[in-house]
Parts: sequence; C-alpha cells; structure tokens
Amino acid sequence: MKNGARRTWRLRLYVAGQTPKSITALANLQRLCDTHLAGQYRIEVIDLATHPHLARRDDIVVLPTLVRQLPPPMRKIIGDLSNVERVLVGLDLQSRDGEE
Amino acid sequence: MTASIRRRKSVPTKRTGNGRHPLAKAPTGIAGLDEITNGGLPRGRPTLVCGGAGCGKTLLALEFLVRGALEYDEPGVFVSFEETPDELVANARSLGFDLEKLSARRRLLLDYVRLERNGLIESGDYDLEGLFVRLGHAIDTIGAKRVVLDTIERLFSGLSNAFVLRSELDRLFHWLKTKHVTAIVTGERVGEQLTRHGLEEYVSDCVIVLDQRVLEQSATRRLRILKYRGSSHGGNEMPFLIDDHGVSVLPITSLGLAHPASTAHLSTGIPGLDAMFGKKGYFRGNSVLVSGTAGTGKSSLASHFAEAACQRGERCLYLAFEESPDQIARNMRSIGLDLGRWLRRDLLRIHARRPTALGLEAHLVAIHRLIEDWQPRVVVMDPVTNMIAVGSEAEVKAMLARLIDFMKHRQITALFTSLTEGGGAAERTDLGVSSLMDVWMLLSNVEANGERNRAIQIVKARGMAHSNQVREFVMTDRGITLVDVSRRADGTVSIGSARGAQERLTRAGEPKSRHGSQSK
Repeated sequence: MKNGARRTWRLRLYVAGQTPKSITALANLQRLCDTHLAGQYRIEVIDLATHPHLARRDDIVVLPTLVRQLPPPMRKIIGDLSNVERVLVGLDLQSRDGEE
Repeated sequence: MTASIRRRKSVPTKRTGNGRHPLAKAPTGIAGLDEITNGGLPRGRPTLVCGGAGCGKTLLALEFLVRGALEYDEPGVFVSFEETPDELVANARSLGFDLEKLSARRRLLLDYVRLERNGLIESGDYDLEGLFVRLGHAIDTIGAKRVVLDTIERLFSGLSNAFVLRSELDRLFHWLKTKHVTAIVTGERVGEQLTRHGLEEYVSDCVIVLDQRVLEQSATRRLRILKYRGSSHGGNEMPFLIDDHGVSVLPITSLGLAHPASTAHLSTGIPGLDAMFGKKGYFRGNSVLVSGTAGTGKSSLASHFAEAACQRGERCLYLAFEESPDQIARNMRSIGLDLGRWLRRDLLRIHARRPTALGLEAHLVAIHRLIEDWQPRVVVMDPVTNMIAVGSEAEVKAMLARLIDFMKHRQITALFTSLTEGGGAAERTDLGVSSLMDVWMLLSNVEANGERNRAIQIVKARGMAHSNQVREFVMTDRGITLVDVSRRADGTVSIGSARGAQERLTRAGEPKSRHGSQSK
C-alpha cells in the first residue's frame, strides 16, 4: 500500500459510560493499535451517555461499536474487541501485515 | 376527518396498579379498534402487532402514532428497522397523513435503524445499549408518549448472537415500561408461529394479529385481538380496511343492542301505506325490509320513502346497487316522483356502485363513511340482496347486522329492498335477514283470472299496530296508490278486475254514498 506509512488511521469508539465492556474495548483497541499501527492512529472515544444525540446521527445500535473513519471505506466492528483476529479482519489490517 | 373521530374522547389516563380498577388505556384513534378493545391499547405498555408480509401492521402502527400526535396530544417515536423515512413518508401520504409536517412540529420523530449483515464485524461481547440511548434520547427530545418498533426482529438477521439479543429484548421491553410509553412492537408471522423470533414471549399484555386473505376473489383483511391481559375483548376476527382515510376496523358486535328506541313516526311516503301502519308510518330509527320478486315495485316504494324524507327537509342517502342515479331518477319520474329536485338541493344523494366493485368489507366501510361524512337521517339500500355477489349469505347477514346497529345508534331510518327469487316461498328472504328488521313488507304479483296485479302486505312491524290485509296497489303517474279493499261476502278480498266487479256489485246493492267517490 502506497503512502500507507504516512496515513493516519482515524478510529472512533462508541461506548456508553464506564461499563466493563467499554473499558475492555478501549484497552483492547489501544493494545491492538500499538501493535499494528504504532504512531499512525488516532482514537476518538464517544461516550453516548453524555452525547446521546450522536447515536442516531452515526446510526449506532450496538455497543461498543468501533468505526474506522479513515482510511475509507468506513468499517464497523461491534463488541468489546476481545477477538483480536476479528478486529484485524474488520480493520483490514491482517492482509497488510502479510504484505509488508 | 369524520365526525365520529372528532367526537371521540380520550379515555381517562390515570395509571392503576390496583387490580380492582380497569386497566388504563391509550386510545389508538383508529376507527373501530378502540371500540373492540374497550378504549385502546394498554397504556404505558408494549403491544405486539403481528401478521404476514403486507398485512398492514406498519400502517396500523403509523396511524397509532399520527392519531396520538394529532388527537390525543401524545407525540410519538417511530423506529423503523425496515423502511426508510422516505418510504414511510410516502406510505403515510397514501393514508392522508403528512409525516414531514408532524416531524417539523416535533410531534413525531422518525428514526431509521439500518443493519446490514455484511457491514458489521463482531468481536467479543456487545449489547443493545446504543438502541436504548438512541430511543431514550428520541423519547426525551419530543416528550414522546408513544413508540413504535417496526420490526425489531430485523436485529436477528443483523446480529449473530441470538442469546444476547433475547436478553436485550427482554430488557428493552421492561425499560419501555419504565419510560411510561405506550408501544406497538411489530412482528412478522411465519407459518404457525406468531412471530419469527418469538417476540410474544416478551410482550405479554396485548397481542393483535392481522391477516390478509383472498376470499371469493376479493382480498379481505382481518384483525383479531389474540390476547389482552386484564381486559375483556371479543376474540372474533374483525374485518378491517386500509384506504385513504387510514385503518378502519369493523366491529361486529361493538354497538350491541343498546340503541334508543324512538316513538316518533315517519311517513312511508304513501298515504295508503301509512294507514296500514295505523295512519302513522314507521318509527324513526326502524329498519325496514321490503322484499319481493322482480318488478313488484320495491324501488318505487323505496323512492316514495326517500321523497317523503326530502319533503320533510331531511337528508336521504340512496345506495343503489343495480341502477345509475340517472336511471333511478328517470324511472321515478314515470311514476310522478321528481327526485332530481332533491338531488339538486343536495337533500338526496344517490350513491351507485356495482356490488362487485368492492369487497363486502369495503362496501361496509364506504357506507359508514358516507353516513358519517354527510349525516343523513334516512338511508335506502336497493337492493341489498345484490351483496350476495361479493360474500356468502352468512357474511352478508353479518354485514347487515353491523350496518343496522350502526344506523340505529344514529337514529337513522333505513329501508332495504330484497329481491326474492321467483318460484320460492314468498316469505323467504334470500338472506334470512328478516329477523334483523323491525318492519317487513312483502310485495308480490298476484296472478289470477288472466291478470297480474300487485299486492302488498305487512309481515311484521315491531311495536306497531298494523293491518293484516293483503292490499292491492297500483303504480300511477302520481306514484304508488293503495287501492281500497273490496271484500266479498265470504270475507275474501278481491283483486284487479275482480275487485272492480266486486265494487260494482257492491255499489249496486248498497247506498251510493258509501263508495261512490272513491271508485273509478
């Protein structure tokens, strides 16, 4: 992938309050990004408990939901991200690892 | 909209946890549904509405919200898992509802939840908290009192963990109760199962089943209250209709027999016939059946009744199932009745429709609407027997029973004509409807001595003294005239030429003053 190294990944994690699932999800995401996207990612955590209107705007039903904003296309992954393999598939990271 | 809807009042809304009090209910505003549920859906609780594809559950749910917002000051949230807001707006427009306007006024909030199986990757534990947040925010934003989830079962095809979904749905329905919203949850019926994923396990207070069938070439929609905890309900299937006025449920027994009985009299329009009813005519609010074989003068008798109503300044609705308005007006001119002038003054409306143009239920709804919109005092259905073309005997009878109840409640006097097949017993009505009627008159052709003469008799007249004679009548250019009775010495009644002969005989033998002025 060209220019892949310079591109910043923008990831958005939707949660509602500090629930065990949301804490787990954020920890899992951070660990995974540090491993596979070191230095080229930005995580934005959106707490629907304080911004409930965003649930409708961004079409969120299930929590936690991870959205890959960039690079396109947008991808959605739901769950506490404890299955790393699934997250890598969802983010389209695994194949990249194989190439590089 | 219609007068009955305007008149409809909200049921008391106090919440009762006490078993002695009736369940608080939220009126749906849907014509007929509140009658069969004795006031509406269980307030503050979810109701399951299920049925096959295309049965009308989405439209029923939509109308529940729209009526709530417009008539009961209860804003509503519609969460769609299937149709997009644009589709919903278009569908609602076909019922005459403007969802965009309601949304702009914050009386309604449409939310479309899109779930695509391919787009979601699952990794680890999740729950539906996002839906709770989303719905909770929508409810709070417009102060919603009503919620529709249509159809939440779609979640099962978008998410793989059915175990989580089930426990979340259970949580959702409990949570809805804590939000004190009256909710409709729709579910799709599959085969013998009420809903594909067993929603009925979670929604235990009220279950309504919709159904669409094709019977004798006409599509018929039916609604049944399968369950209504803490409330009496008729378990019968009720026909219902969806048209440009929305949903109408037609209760068979909702009105019961509690109608007032008037003692005011109405002229039949024929002086001689009034005389047979003790000089007074029918009671107001009576249902009158006029039966007879073809060409016995049923329509003429009905037209006299219409004419009399218009002369009193009362509105008359004439439902014609055989002839066009023009044809009826022309025919009646031949016996001296000028119905055209009443049509022009809008005291008479002739509504002509082929029976086969609509299904039985659709006819019934159409008639209800005509009556509610225009409020006639007198209604003529000519001939009601033609309805047999679109329904079975039992169905037509049930329809007439409903219609009669409905009209009696409004103190509408109704006259039905019934065509009897020749050759059968004269007193046999084709529909067995005579028991529903207050007054039953039989017209017949009497063939004797090479003549065919018309005769009329009153078979029954509830609560009224009436003549027991079979009377001859003639159609003149001034309408139907009953001919004086001419009795033979042996007590039998002469008819036609025999009557003339009898009269001449009588005159010859009696003082001239007695009959002289009346005979030809």
